[in-house]
Amino acid sequence: MKALSQKRRHPLAVIALLLMGLLVTGGLYAVATTVNEAKASTTSYSASDTAEGEKLFEANCATCHGMGASGTQDGPSLVGVGAAAVDFQVGTGRMPMQMNGPQAYKKPAQFNEEQTHQLSGYVASLGAGPAIPEEHLLDEKGDAAAGGELFRVNCAMCHNAAAAGGALTRGKFAPALADVSGKHIYEAMVTGPQNMPVFSDANVSPEGKRDIITFLKQIESNGSPGGADLGSLGPVAEGLFVWIAGLGVIIGFTIWLTSRTS
Amino acid sequence: MSAASTAEAPAFVAKTKTGRITDFVDARVGGSGILREFGRKVFPDHWSFMFGEVALYSFVILLLSGTFLTFFFDPSMAETHYAGSYVPLKNVEMSVAYSSSLNISFDIRGGLFMRQVHHWAALLFVASIAVHMLRVFFTGAFRKPREMNWVVGSVLLILAMAAGFTGYSLPDDLLSGNGLRIIDGVIKSIPVVGTYISFFLFGGEFPGTAVIGRLYMLHILLVPALILLMIVLHLFMVVVHKHTQYPGPGRNDGNVVGYPLGPVYAAKAGGFFFIVFGVIALMAAFFTINPIWNYGPYDPSPVSAGTQPDWYIGFVDGALRLMPGVIGDFHFEYVVFGYTLTLNVLLPALVPAGILFTVMFMYPWIEAWVTKDTREHHVLDRPRNAPTRTAIGVAGFVWYCVMWAAAGSDLIATHFHVSLNDVTYWLRALFFIGPVIAFVVAKRVALALQRKDREIALHGRETGRIVRLPHGEFIEVHAPLDEYKRYKLVGFESPAPLPAVPNEHGIVTRKEKRRAFLSKWFFEDRVAPATPAELEAAHGHHGHPAVGSAEENKSLSH
Repeated sequence: MKALSQKRRHPLAVIALLLMGLLVTGGLYAVATTVNEAKASTTSYSASDTAEGEKLFEANCATCHGMGASGTQDGPSLVGVGAAAVDFQVGTGRMPMQMNGPQAYKKPAQFNEEQTHQLSGYVASLGAGPAIPEEHLLDEKGDAAAGGELFRVNCAMCHNAAAAGGALTRGKFAPALADVSGKHIYEAMVTGPQNMPVFSDANVSPEGKRDIITFLKQIESNGSPGGADLGSLGPVAEGLFVWIAGLGVIIGFTIWLTSRTS
Repeated sequence: MSAASTAEAPAFVAKTKTGRITDFVDARVGGSGILREFGRKVFPDHWSFMFGEVALYSFVILLLSGTFLTFFFDPSMAETHYAGSYVPLKNVEMSVAYSSSLNISFDIRGGLFMRQVHHWAALLFVASIAVHMLRVFFTGAFRKPREMNWVVGSVLLILAMAAGFTGYSLPDDLLSGNGLRIIDGVIKSIPVVGTYISFFLFGGEFPGTAVIGRLYMLHILLVPALILLMIVLHLFMVVVHKHTQYPGPGRNDGNVVGYPLGPVYAAKAGGFFFIVFGVIALMAAFFTINPIWNYGPYDPSPVSAGTQPDWYIGFVDGALRLMPGVIGDFHFEYVVFGYTLTLNVLLPALVPAGILFTVMFMYPWIEAWVTKDTREHHVLDRPRNAPTRTAIGVAGFVWYCVMWAAAGSDLIATHFHVSLNDVTYWLRALFFIGPVIAFVVAKRVALALQRKDREIALHGRETGRIVRLPHGEFIEVHAPLDEYKRYKLVGFESPAPLPAVPNEHGIVTRKEKRRAFLSKWFFEDRVAPATPAELEAAHGHHGHPAVGSAEENKSLSH
């Protein structure tokens, strides 16, 4: 990156930029027209992956998402959602959906890793979309402090500053982020599952996302320096605790102190 | 002792060195006289009388732990980059106030423990004041001669809330900054002068660079000084009025039955201080409170989910959450003479709290006016024996709790998997009908308990022993109560409604009519205590002549 920015005033930079622009436009056009070849992913899917994925899809997902994932009244089209969306939804057990409702709940995954991979390959083959993130973005070695700032500005209003989760309207909610893998966090940011907005690479750069994951993993592994965290839910949990446990114990003592040996 | 007699009497010389020192001090400060007076002060024993003490001890703990915190806290809002040992905030830009709070938490020995002691003690302080006030209200301890002390206690509650709020804002973390922003919004919603007050308080536009330092001065100087002053007044009046007591045999408005302060009660109270200290210390050691490192430095742009004030401000926050922005096409914001009037902030922030505190301050006088009761009361009412007062208290309590719950509406929604909107709609409905239902239910429960008491006083306790009589009838044997237990069930007053009476000009004023109406509302439904005659008749009927003569009953029922 640094080398690139230092050479940005090179005489050939304009030509390079022009070339790049043409390539990107052409590439996007090619992607849009030839859906079967589109793969914006570094994870490679073999033809057999895609074929197996298609079978799995037709058996388990097509009821709602339609044949060829073109969507029905009960489920949206999955053309162009990308491998990342499938990996997140299926990998966290949200899909297949437990029941209709405001939001899909996380549950034990229905498909093993290989099947999830095949499903992702099939959906990715239908149209270009966000790919499964590369390993180096998930190494949890970013800048936790910078990630914390990004998290507070972009995520904390729904997920809570301590990532303990929060309520949204009409039964929807932002889940707590403890025990969510870095890969799934990254995929959620780029695909915007359920009611979450998409944080594209223009909003939060891949390095920024890496920082956020680093921050979340660090506060998770740090534990709570001050003792039991009462769910990290803030003053409501603290107030409940002081009324029930604090005053409760003290009332016990007052009864003991004023009891008479009879 | 006159000067002459001192000269004649041989000077007292203590035998031991300690004795001589004690005598020296006593001769100069008159300690033995004070000790004699206070040592004989009698305090009745009941667990519900100890919450005032809990509040007092929490306050002492607050002073001690707070002093420790002032050694290391710097209320400056100057910008700095964090250089302490908490990695997830390393080099983040923040105020010196937040940085020093983090240093107290992570880099000063015992700092985090002291912070948590201070905060838990603060929550317990206000909670114990609240429970203490509920006890005073429901037992009628606010009646003559203690009305003034009730007012002082109410002022103490408000001061405790003020102390809590000013302290909550000091660390300058995201949570407290959000809270301060809400207060700023409420201040700005005051018609005409709101924006001026806000600019004065914050030294310019929110957040400015002055407010933490100002709140700090209020928090460590003015508010604690006022609390101390009020505590002195409060305790002084307790000494003057003497303590109230629950009704019981041998207890009346002219005496106090209990233990003297010295030595038993002093030992109990002193020990209780350490128990309260211990409970707070255990909470501080094992349970985190206000983890400011989670929230990050204050920055006006982010607002975290689950942002709430500490519990005692919660009801105001809840009222704000319950207020709809618009109802259909009706909106709450007007521009009057060029000033914006935002009723959807002003109404919920100030009106419920205003009603609550006004009724709280006025209640002793309201009840005295309705009952025309000018006597002194030192014997308490059992809550069931004042059904309407109990019902008013429960209605107010429920109203408060609805607003309180609304402050946690988001957590109710996430933890019970229900819709946040539905929680809000239900709480809005309960805000209006909850107190009414609570009033009716509490009054009926109180009356039912009174009827049960009366039943037991007249017919004794059900033993569960079924006896078959020679002619085949089955009866359950009722065991008569002993006199002490029966006294509790019959020794109370049940005032009847006082009809309107004309004044000295022979006119029934409108005010008097209103009073008579309220008196009827208060005392219309009543269960009179069993009279001696009724007791005698009942016992005679059951053929228990040994239970007690009519004479005994007479002395017991008053």
